Amino acid sequence: MRSSIIVFPGSNCDRDIKVALEKMQFKNQMVWHKETKLPKSDLIVIPGGFSYGDYLRSGAIAGKSLIIDEVVKAANSGCLILGICNGFQILTETGLLKGTLLRNKDLKFINKDIHIKVLNNNTKFTNKYKKKQILKINIAHNEGNFFTDPVHIEKLKKEDLIAFKYCDENGNIDKNSNPNGSLDNIAGIFNEKKNILGMMPHPERMIDEMISNTDGVNLFSSLLN
Amino acid sequence: MKFSVTVTLKKDVLDPQGKVVQNTLVNMGMSNLKNIRQGKHFEIEVNENNQSTAEKKIDEMCKKLLVNLIIEDYKINKI
Repeated sequence: MRSSIIVFPGSNCDRDIKVALEKMQFKNQMVWHKETKLPKSDLIVIPGGFSYGDYLRSGAIAGKSLIIDEVVKAANSGCLILGICNGFQILTETGLLKGTLLRNKDLKFINKDIHIKVLNNNTKFTNKYKKKQILKINIAHNEGNFFTDPVHIEKLKKEDLIAFKYCDENGNIDKNSNPNGSLDNIAGIFNEKKNILGMMPHPERMIDEMISNTDGVNLFSSLLN
Repeated sequence: MKFSVTVTLKKDVLDPQGKVVQNTLVNMGMSNLKNIRQGKHFEIEVNENNQSTAEKKIDEMCKKLLVNLIIEDYKINKI
């Protein structure tokens, strides 16, 4: 499987995701944001970080960069797109995913391992997980508070477009297990066709028992499936 | 021609920064304070003599980049 990682000034998880993809035998290429052509890719990853120093709004400037037109074209023709953290923010700024990420409710940058529940395991991104499986995974963000309009939230529920929700270690989804104030504890969503996933947690940080755990591995093996 | 653009969070969107500023001012003794919403301010100069054309241009800038229409409102004023 061929993957491309888009790199912006200020991206800082681009090499982590590269390590994760290569460990899983993806043939990966790094693509600088000023490029106007994408290499042939089955998967495009928009990595985490602080593109353009979060100027204006997180992801706003990166969302208008040259390569993004190509990413949108690829997305519309069915290419798989994964946006992690700042990548999720960029996807909402491009309009590929609806909704937006507001400042965390307590105004603090949160970097810690939390739990999320897999809500839909019938997708290209999540088929190796069990439904309702609880994953321990790292979050590191200042703007992760998912917000959208009532029509979109209904659509997300009805069409099973919510990928992950924040929960506690026992799987309870409530206010106490919501780290950032996200609407309905949402941690990740799909687009309508389910070829785009945006998520705030970092699966690429959970691929090795030595440094964390391996709860993120199945996201990548799902893609290979 | 010069314009100001004020961007604020929509009424229904929680503005935690505004709330913190408000609480601080209340703590400082400004007890008659009712509400604070924090926003952004842009000053934009364009090479254009016709005001309505210029305003259209600014409006396009707002819609395409400066404002996230899901959560923000904006006002354009000539200065």
